[in-house]
Amino acid sequence: MIIHQVLFIVFGIICVAGAVNLLAQRHPINSALSLVVVMASLALIYLLLGAEFVAAIQIIVYAGAIMVLFVFVIMLLNAGEEERTRGSRIALLIGVPGVVVLAGTVGWLLVHSGGQLGSVSISSSNFGETHSIARLLFKDFLLPFEITSVLILIAIMGAVVLGKREG
Amino acid sequence: MDTTTFIIVAVIKIALVVFIMLTGVAYTTWLERKLVGRIQNRWGPTRVGPFGLLQPLADGIKFILKEDMIPDNVHKGLFILAPMLALTMSLISIAVIPFGETITVAGKTTALQISGITHSGGGISDINIGLLIILGVTSIGVYGVALAGWSSNSKYSLLGSLRASAQMISYELALGLSLVGILLLSGTLSLREIVGAQSGTWVLAGQNTHIPHWFIFPQIIGFFIYLLAAFAETNRIPFDLPEAETELVAGYHTEYSSMKFAMFFMAEYVNMFTVACLASLLFFGGWHGPHIASAPALVQSLLPVLWFALKVFFFIFLYIWIRGTLPRFRYDQLMAFGWKFLLPLAIANIIVTSLIVAWRG
Repeated sequence: MIIHQVLFIVFGIICVAGAVNLLAQRHPINSALSLVVVMASLALIYLLLGAEFVAAIQIIVYAGAIMVLFVFVIMLLNAGEEERTRGSRIALLIGVPGVVVLAGTVGWLLVHSGGQLGSVSISSSNFGETHSIARLLFKDFLLPFEITSVLILIAIMGAVVLGKREG
Repeated sequence: MDTTTFIIVAVIKIALVVFIMLTGVAYTTWLERKLVGRIQNRWGPTRVGPFGLLQPLADGIKFILKEDMIPDNVHKGLFILAPMLALTMSLISIAVIPFGETITVAGKTTALQISGITHSGGGISDINIGLLIILGVTSIGVYGVALAGWSSNSKYSLLGSLRASAQMISYELALGLSLVGILLLSGTLSLREIVGAQSGTWVLAGQNTHIPHWFIFPQIIGFFIYLLAAFAETNRIPFDLPEAETELVAGYHTEYSSMKFAMFFMAEYVNMFTVACLASLLFFGGWHGPHIASAPALVQSLLPVLWFALKVFFFIFLYIWIRGTLPRFRYDQLMAFGWKFLLPLAIANIIVTSLIVAWRG
């Protein structure tokens, strides 16, 4: 499908551009909004893969709930523009070689075994559909799923306790 | 249907639906002014046209001709982006709303829904996650309001938008949870299939009750939670604190003028329509209603649209009626009501519904 490929490239470019913009912007609100763009274009890429439910949840949870709270906090604190610094020395010493090594590995893999990489296919026809995800979450992985919810609950209670102590 | 016809049909459908929607929005403002006027024992608009029917047109011209001011010291990019975001997000949700079964015009059969596709075999399929798309788009719409207030660089706007976003996030939870009962009963997220599950009548203990098989009857609690959360979600009285004019001038759109203000205004009314459509689809059987067997085919296919429109009109009427009747909540009452009453009630409703569904197998 040529349309799928074109759409994938378009949203991929938007996604990467949003991520770069997130780092380049000096104002926290602009950075947060770039992150929303990244989330939204990721959701559209999920949609292109046929994972409708995951795409919708990506929008509702990440772009719609978590990032709204981020923006909310930035607005409440009325955070201004950040000073542009020269960057830390650790980032220069470890980060730059790290990026070079990572990019080199990925590039080398793509060049040398690129033929095998494209052969991964998602076999199940109802991949990413609501029913199959529900079956996975509430049947096959019920225990980890419930334990995660308890973990989140503990985190919420911890936040409340810390907040009370401050006040 | 080949690709070219598909695209032509889709464009015609989009243009028609958006035109009807925006006309509906314009006349809802007229209806609101008329009704609230009658409730308060005055006439409402009477000067422009018979019964003031041309008033929305006059308002539109006025909005376009007004000077479009951008105050100093606003965050300009976001100030312009915010109204666009609000209107776009509110308009996207109509794309997934089904208005009826199918219609056949000039030999081409198509679903009465922008995102509905007709197969060569005659079946219709719509988007699998219609309901989730509406919830997602609504949650993105919060950005329009939040950014408008922040970028205006004014304390009234900021307070209004903080209130609005806090309120919308809080009530979104109750709104989403109130719909879970419907999902349990119908077993699908597709709006067309949910409406399909409401055809026929309720049969109790082998007896046909002649009561339509609408989900309002088993989900009456869910319906009331939905209705209250929807009022809050659309910032309408009694939950209109974000634009409480006595304390905040106009809330998040204080600094906006001309078409940018009109865009917020339109977004608010389109959201009212979306919420009313959703209530009709999920709880009142969508386009189901009495058939007229002897009518011609075109009337047969448009009659369901009429039933649907009547149900939506009922909800719009209810909105205006309540606006003319109730005073405003206090902010702490609003938050306590959402979190301490609606949310636990919605969760209890889910537990009871799921137990009954599991028990009946």
